[in-house]
Amino acid sequence: MKVSYFPGCTLRTKARDLDLLSRRCAEALGVTLEEIDDWQCCGGVFTTARDEIATKLSSVRALKAAKAKDQMLVTVCSACHNVIKQTNHAMQTDSDFALRVNNYMNIGDPENQPYYGETKVLHFLELLRDVVGFERVQAAVKNPLTGRRIGAYYGCLLLRPGKTMAMDDVENPSIIEDFLRALGAEPVIYAMRNECCGGYITLEDKGLAAKKSSAVLADAKSAGAEAVITACPLCKYNLEKNGGGEVPVIYFTELLAEALGIKED
Amino acid sequence: MATEKQNEMRREQILRSSGVNPRKCMKCGKCSGTCPAYDEMEWHPHQFVQMVADGDIEPLLKSDSIYKCLTCFACVDRCPRGVEPAKLVEAVRLSVIREQGANHMKPDDIPAMLDEDLPQQLLVSALRKYAK
Repeated sequence: MKVSYFPGCTLRTKARDLDLLSRRCAEALGVTLEEIDDWQCCGGVFTTARDEIATKLSSVRALKAAKAKDQMLVTVCSACHNVIKQTNHAMQTDSDFALRVNNYMNIGDPENQPYYGETKVLHFLELLRDVVGFERVQAAVKNPLTGRRIGAYYGCLLLRPGKTMAMDDVENPSIIEDFLRALGAEPVIYAMRNECCGGYITLEDKGLAAKKSSAVLADAKSAGAEAVITACPLCKYNLEKNGGGEVPVIYFTELLAEALGIKED
Repeated sequence: MATEKQNEMRREQILRSSGVNPRKCMKCGKCSGTCPAYDEMEWHPHQFVQMVADGDIEPLLKSDSIYKCLTCFACVDRCPRGVEPAKLVEAVRLSVIREQGANHMKPDDIPAMLDEDLPQQLLVSALRKYAK
């Protein structure tokens, strides 16, 4: 099957591996990620203010591009996923916002069809769970990660706000743990797995980012994790740069590619 | 010093833009208890809620606390009353940086902050939160 795919700014630059392995793994599991034409950066964080219109237009353009092809829209980066899903939710539920956005979209294109959040937005992990199915992922594993003790790092953006993201239980999630089990690894549960790494604050307050990131890694280590996995380039940066370096931090796609036997292709 | 009228207009704008009703708050303090930036804040999430409800806006506008919120949505999901304090913090921050020349971070500041591993996502996120 084919789905629309929004790579986002960082998957084209510092996180090329995340992009490459996502495409390769999806292909191996029978899904083609079709990159949207002329996509624009989502902006990295969702602006919650209801009167912020222009900052959300790039997400709406991506959503409309997927709708035009009658496809789901898949993202890999937690931040893109968060911004696009929250924008889509606002288009569905806030009629004033939707009206203003659609007015913008009409500029230069009077034939433009209004958009009201019809596209289904999925994170790559949701694609694996809900469309491919973890049992099919498991069946495709060639190199099971037996005995590997891995901590899932959800961070903040993947699951919250829970009602809008509608991905998993925000306080007791299981999607990444189930993903790890499908690969044959042993998920390590630790308390800080859904606490913030410090995010963008690292640009102007490294101390705060270090405090948050090192608490996450110390907790993962004390619970016995040999590595933690993430879907977010900013989490990875913070945990590696500011987290004290006690536990390696890797993208979830790296483990998936390893288990599927396609990492080194 | 802003006049009372100006502050009242700003307060109304903040409430409208955030969509938050601070009067739903039952003062349990869970938002501040779960906030990852609590230690760095002069005014904490529960105080934002209380002060906006009371019309005591000016100290918030002048405080660096508006730049400490990480938009992690912990307070949004964990509030038992659905007050969503992060949306209020954001609306106060926007109320400040939307003024002429009030951007908290400028593109010219960026080069000095770069390192070779820094993801683009970090720059766009910071600019979105700190600048209009």
